[in-house]
Amino acid sequence: MVSGPNLDETAYVRDGANQTPVKILVVGHFAVGKTTFIGAISEIPPLSTEETMTRAGESVDDLKGVNGKTTTTVAMDFGRLTISERVVLYLFGTPGQQRFVQMWEDMARGALGALVLVDPERLADSFAVIDLIEQYGLDYAIAVNRFDGSPVREEKALREALDLLDDTPIVACDARDEKSSAAALITLVRFLQDRALQEQI
Amino acid sequence: MTPMTDPDKPEPEAAELVRPYVITKGRSLPDDEQFSLITLVTATLDDRQRPNRLSPEEQNLLTMCTGGYLSVAEIAGHTRLPLGVVKILLASLVEGGYILTRPPVARAVLADREILQEVLDGLRAKFG
Ligand SMILES: Nc1nc2c(ncn2[C@@H]2O[C@H](COP(=O)(O)OP(=O)(O)OP(=O)(O)O)[C@@H](O)[C@H]2O)c(=O)[nH]1
Ligand SMILES: [Mg+2]
Repeated sequence: MVSGPNLDETAYVRDGANQTPVKILVVGHFAVGKTTFIGAISEIPPLSTEETMTRAGESVDDLKGVNGKTTTTVAMDFGRLTISERVVLYLFGTPGQQRFVQMWEDMARGALGALVLVDPERLADSFAVIDLIEQYGLDYAIAVNRFDGSPVREEKALREALDLLDDTPIVACDARDEKSSAAALITLVRFLQDRALQEQI
Repeated sequence: MTPMTDPDKPEPEAAELVRPYVITKGRSLPDDEQFSLITLVTATLDDRQRPNRLSPEEQNLLTMCTGGYLSVAEIAGHTRLPLGVVKILLASLVEGGYILTRPPVARAVLADREILQEVLDGLRAKFG
């Protein structure tokens, strides 16, 4: 439903005047659990937005063309979590589709890092997303979203199959579970800290 | 809350596709630095001081921003306007002095580390 301009008080960032907004991406192939994951963590009902498919630098004037190609839209969904009086965290989720360049640039710019959700039964579907994340230079961790009955894979086999670096964290996760999802995020953030330390040396 | 994307919904009609151009009065996208997805925005004035020469869409946006801070992405989510359109409308509202923005933190290594620690502590406190 379209919300009116008057929102509930809880819709607003609690301490926006003092908080620094930061974001983490939650990516993965179609139906891997991104929306479920964001919903498990978010303090607001997850929202989604559509981006008009214009290329960088292109004027919105081009929207007047009713040609389906320039006006295709794509959804990304996101949620919010108040971290402290100083920081508010946004989680952005989107399927990894290279052709949505503007959306990926918007999402990746300034992101702390990315959590890549992976279904061990559909590993090959994750290659494109991981490529994209690497292309944008984002540090990432892998969260293996084990759907019921999916095969248990050795971490080493997974690492080889996905061609991951030795230090890329791999964590098991049930996106439906708040604690499990938070634990995956914590793993990512600890890894990002390590990376920040390395960069400083 | 109902999902924002309805899979059963037919492809938008041509008339709907023309709408964003009309709403934005043909203005072009502000540059990327001004509004990121997570730039926080709020109204500077209360409802009573609002000039009535703003467009209905600008009025709506302004009303929405009067209650506190929202990110650019949240404004797009709540209004269901395309992000590009929201950015253009916000840019004109900033120009008119009706709203102000808090940009995301500058990316310095030290600031990053402080923020990561804060995020980690916050996640642990909430879910640990
Ligand atoms: N068993 C199990 N099911 C899950 C898990 N996470 C998500 N699901 C289910 O998988 C389905 C797809 O989940 P979504 O969260 O919609 O996946 P998505 O990645 O957002 O999908 P798209 O946006 O369509 O790409 C839903 O029916 C979820 O309930 C999980 O960890 N375990
Ligand atoms: Mg989804």
